[in-house]
Amino acid sequence: MSIVDMRVAGKPGDYKSNIKPIWCPGCGDYHVLMSFTRAFAELGLPPEQIVVVSGIGCSSRIPAYTNCYGFHGVHGRSLAVAAGLKLSRPDLTVVVASGDGDGYSIGGNHFLHACRRNIDMTYVVMDNRVYGMTKGQPSPTTEPDFDTALSPGGTGLRPFHPLVIALASGANFIARCFSGEPNETASVLVEAIKHPGFSFVEILSPCVTFRPDEVEWKSRVHPAPVAPTNDPGKAARRIMTDDGFNIGILYRGDRKPYQPAIGQPSVDPAELEKEFEL
Amino acid sequence: MSQAAGAPKISSLADLFAIAYQIEADAVERYDLLADQMETHNNPELVAVFRDLSRAEGIHRDEIRRLAGDIDVVAHARRMAKWNRGESPEEVNLAAAHYMMTPWHALQLSLAGEKRALEFFTSVVETAKDPKIKKMAEEFMEEEAEHVNLVHRLLRRYPQPSDSWSQDHDPPVSQE
Repeated sequence: MSIVDMRVAGKPGDYKSNIKPIWCPGCGDYHVLMSFTRAFAELGLPPEQIVVVSGIGCSSRIPAYTNCYGFHGVHGRSLAVAAGLKLSRPDLTVVVASGDGDGYSIGGNHFLHACRRNIDMTYVVMDNRVYGMTKGQPSPTTEPDFDTALSPGGTGLRPFHPLVIALASGANFIARCFSGEPNETASVLVEAIKHPGFSFVEILSPCVTFRPDEVEWKSRVHPAPVAPTNDPGKAARRIMTDDGFNIGILYRGDRKPYQPAIGQPSVDPAELEKEFEL
Repeated sequence: MSQAAGAPKISSLADLFAIAYQIEADAVERYDLLADQMETHNNPELVAVFRDLSRAEGIHRDEIRRLAGDIDVVAHARRMAKWNRGESPEEVNLAAAHYMMTPWHALQLSLAGEKRALEFFTSVVETAKDPKIKKMAEEFMEEEAEHVNLVHRLLRRYPQPSDSWSQDHDPPVSQE
């Protein structure tokens, strides 16, 4: 059944649970939650047809704050859970929420292979360039000179470039958003969810507690000056040479999503087990 | 970018009522969210301020619904009162919230929202061709101007805090 067939009238509030978020006041993740519910309402999908899967971290609290199906999983393993879910229930809309620590460090390997497999789901990473929940350790996207008591003098390490990695690994849709623009972010999420295959949306979401400097992002972000491309070469050049604050859809690929046929197993599992008996 | 940029198009009186209704409804939702945040972070003075602001906006929202008479503003707003870019004028800036903020800060956020709403309805008055839309928009504009004055009056009760207002002697974690 297509997204259009399942449309129902809904408003963003219909997708919110009655659990109150416990993020710090000023956290960008409040806006991301708002973008999620606005996108779901725009798509008109019934909440029971959507699953929000997450790992661990501030951003990963999102499933509890929606009234869709949710899975608050293991650190870094949200994509593995989501892939299994989508392959067995292709009728559901699967959205995965993660952060830069959960998604790029602990779950880094899952990220590469989820892009490569190109399963039809949407991966949203709220990037604040710090481990906020565990009190401010540097993450893979932290700048090398981020100097705190926990990383004296900074890590000196080159930051991970998630959009380039996603493109090189085969993601079929790549976008960057800013949490402070919830309507624009909701529109990108709608496009990401509708686009077949693995859609990757990085949302710059400031951590006001451990990275108060990120409040400045509001004045640094700007719309991408060119339309999205389906040419990975062009997209790579754009993404590698932009300033990291280019907002919008940057790549729309046309690779066929991976979806094996679902049906009866060709081998009886009991017979298979016998083969492995010791 | 002006607030009117990205705003829904007003082609009828029903559209104007729906947008005015949605602006107030969005404000209610945003103030309630901020009150919830302050509750979680144990800032009871701000909980009271945000709940009061929410109540006030709720009264305006319900008044617009009453003024709209037979027009189903709730359903109409759901269909058309959506901002494509930016946010609805009275949606206060969530990013400006802080767990130690004071009523002065809250009222500054409110003032900014009321000013944006005033600017929005002023732009409707200036651009509307339909006399009915223009007349009603003038009423909304005057109402918003009164809200701006009201927030200014409330601000007299709360002087601007010193620069050290966010200094927490028992911070969540020390990065020093």
